[in-house]
Amino acid sequence: MTILMPAADEAVLQRRESIVSALRQIVPGEGVISSAAEMLPYESDGFTAYRQPPMVVVLPETTEQVSQVLRYCHDNGIKVVPRGSGTSLSGGSMPLADAVLLGLGKFKRIREIDFDNRVVVTEPGVTNLAISQAVAHAGFYYAPDPSSQIACSIGGNIAENSGGVHCLKYGMTTNNVLGCEIVLINGEILRIGGKAPECAGYDLMGIITGSEGLLGVVTEVTVRILQKPETARALMIGFAEVEQAGECVARVISAGIIPGGMEMMDKPAIHAAEAFVHAGYPLDVEALLIVELDGPSVEVDDLIKRVETIAQGCGSTTCQISTSEQERVLFWAGRKAAFPAVGRISPDYLCMDGTIPRGKLPLVLTRMQEMSVKYGLRCANVFHAGDGNLHPLILYDANQPGEMERAEAFGADILRLCVEVGGVLTGEHGVGIEKRDLMPEMFSEIDLAQQQRLKCAFDTQGLLNPGKVFPTLHRCAELGRVHVHGGKLAFPELPRF
Amino acid sequence: MEILKVRDAADVEQVVRAAVANEQPLEIVGHGSKRQVGLPMATNAVLDLSALNAVTAYEPDELIVTVGAGAPLADVLSMIDAKNQHFAFEPMNPAGLLGAGHDAGTVGGMLATGLAGPRRIKDGGARDHLLGAHAVSGFGDSFKTGGRVVKNVTGYDLCKLLAGSWGTLAVMTEVTLKVMPRPECQRTLVLRGLDDVTAGRAMTAALGSPYDVSGAAHLPLSALRTPDGALADLGAAQTAVTLLRLEGITVSATQRATSLAKALATFGSAEVLTDDMSAAVWQSIRDVTPLAATTALGAWPVWRIVCPPASGGAFGQQLAHDTGGEVIYDWGGGLIWAALPPAADAHAALLRQRAGAIGGHATLIRGSEAVRQSIDVFHPQSSGVAALSRRVKHSFDPKNILNRGRMVREATT
Repeated sequence: MTILMPAADEAVLQRRESIVSALRQIVPGEGVISSAAEMLPYESDGFTAYRQPPMVVVLPETTEQVSQVLRYCHDNGIKVVPRGSGTSLSGGSMPLADAVLLGLGKFKRIREIDFDNRVVVTEPGVTNLAISQAVAHAGFYYAPDPSSQIACSIGGNIAENSGGVHCLKYGMTTNNVLGCEIVLINGEILRIGGKAPECAGYDLMGIITGSEGLLGVVTEVTVRILQKPETARALMIGFAEVEQAGECVARVISAGIIPGGMEMMDKPAIHAAEAFVHAGYPLDVEALLIVELDGPSVEVDDLIKRVETIAQGCGSTTCQISTSEQERVLFWAGRKAAFPAVGRISPDYLCMDGTIPRGKLPLVLTRMQEMSVKYGLRCANVFHAGDGNLHPLILYDANQPGEMERAEAFGADILRLCVEVGGVLTGEHGVGIEKRDLMPEMFSEIDLAQQQRLKCAFDTQGLLNPGKVFPTLHRCAELGRVHVHGGKLAFPELPRF
Repeated sequence: MEILKVRDAADVEQVVRAAVANEQPLEIVGHGSKRQVGLPMATNAVLDLSALNAVTAYEPDELIVTVGAGAPLADVLSMIDAKNQHFAFEPMNPAGLLGAGHDAGTVGGMLATGLAGPRRIKDGGARDHLLGAHAVSGFGDSFKTGGRVVKNVTGYDLCKLLAGSWGTLAVMTEVTLKVMPRPECQRTLVLRGLDDVTAGRAMTAALGSPYDVSGAAHLPLSALRTPDGALADLGAAQTAVTLLRLEGITVSATQRATSLAKALATFGSAEVLTDDMSAAVWQSIRDVTPLAATTALGAWPVWRIVCPPASGGAFGQQLAHDTGGEVIYDWGGGLIWAALPPAADAHAALLRQRAGAIGGHATLIRGSEAVRQSIDVFHPQSSGVAALSRRVKHSFDPKNILNRGRMVREATT
């Protein structure tokens, strides 16, 4: 347990009873949960290594209730942790002992489907997949497809700027959201953007997306929907060397082809997945690429041939091309089940998330292999190859003393490596608590101060989701101070005109 | 007027720090090609970024390019074009509209103003393609945000804010953009003689089809407009034209054009424009050449109205009718360029009320200094959003040094 959360405020804990009853005034009936047993399901999210029961859980049903809860917390100096479906892999919605856990699970209604403007207006508790399902009858879908899409909520997707296997071609959440209704910590309800293709003034929607619940609570979302491609086919390509697979990815992109999805798995991941779902993956290869092309069938057929030729040129040892929808789905089955598949071969695993320039893949995989030896822990890799997003899975056993700490140190080394080779700490899982303390590896104090000042524009007291994303909490007054360097300064000596 | 031509990010820091110390607002300029957009600013110091023009890295395989904010856009476009790549958001060149030199404009200026072209409906805007930036805040501190990889965001996505902030939050010094493969082929369907509302329906049908339309525009028939170049060749002076673009590999674009033409048969029979002609027509739409400064409409104020696409046709038709103005539709109706007859407020009150009613907003892109002095150039926001925006500005630039008063008329803080 190496990640520490801010110390609980004893004064707040002592007021717990009055806080609970005040919240019951706002959200009647079963909307306030305060017994230890009933709060159990809320004590962690998808980052299960860390658990903490909240002070109290509130499940409002209306924007007005959200507003009143937040205003009450704001006025009384009480911290708030927002939560959607609780599938965060970085601990973004992990509770705090002295905070209200604000669940949006009752915001489950799709408010409007507008095919003419190609948007869906929905409440944040609706799952990612439910949006696609609601518009499927007209041939539409919502493009970002995180692997947790059956469970994860669209509100959570906004908080984390979720991606998925198709985001190289179709973008992440931020590229597919047009507007929202957001409640600030002081209870103020704002509408940002809407059905128009871009919003007026500053792109506040762009900053809210990916803000990990630190800026406000989203109570309604307007997302873009797209027509489903006419057809999709996949190639499953095996390589004897990881470098060859990496080269193949680079050549596909250089050829001007942007596949709907392009995923890579290394040998341990291939073996784990094959043992679990029997997708027919070749077991004697070092790397497996799944490349999916989507669009009109004439286009897909043409591109499939081009990719096959490129793969052969890179020395592929096997290449299967899906000839039916069933076969395409089967190719993906192993990849999509990679996390549970690894879960079968190890008591515990850490799922990492970082991004590197594609060209650095062979180097990074080699270095991870060395780290695996150094830490004495196995590691399996799945990789959104098209956009350089790595998901190393570090295998460990929490019952063995010291293994979890070793796994965390291994993970931190991988993320440092991502930054070292020119990448970033996250791909699509957010910073949360998991990567919070690594932020200085990527950002200077000045970089982080600017981000935290922006937080101050939304939440001056730092009450929303504290302890997440930023390693050090600063007071807004301190961050906002302008240092005048050396009193009156002349403009520097520069060429003048 | 003092023009400070900076050589690097350290110079920018020094200039901003000196400006903060002296409470001297700065106007931030690349080539100054869009300088006439926005509220007139009261400043006598200009920070000139045009010397920050280096190409730091262009990695076609990684789909990224990193350049100084002052890099000429035209040069960067031809550099990536040589590798068959482009900026998918199709940045417009507003030089003709604003009456500036044709090749003027920097990458930083393009991002700061965020004026995306026709393909925005499919591939997003400038904000979707800015992956990372180094910038100097109004604190005089250089900071970085985003990264140099396609999945770029760790922490808050400050790039989204910088794009389209008109230089009011921070001075970008170096930026990394996503580049994409240029489609090998394009086809444009032309439907003739549709009124604006019917054209809106045709564009809605096309954009709701599975044929991956990458441009949807409509030019109403106009007595005032005298199109030249590609639009004249198209006969846009004789009939209204509705244009629908399909791009991709040849076999695909061709087939989709055929399928879409069939699907839109109720709107009339479509002609097909092929590559060069199609590209020339879309360049005219992108740059709004029918409303260019050199045309008969050159003295008219020009508005850029963004609204829910399906509402565009009725909105634009009524606006043109009631004001005697001219409109052009892009983004399937979601973007309306309107040249309106001169008026003291350039019809701002009428426009704002109507645009607001349909969930849209209007920005004055071309207007005399007198008009810009007297109206809000950028669409006024609800009081809550306006207050939040002021706090956001304050978080980057508490002394209001950077492009003070360009977006919002306000007292110094």
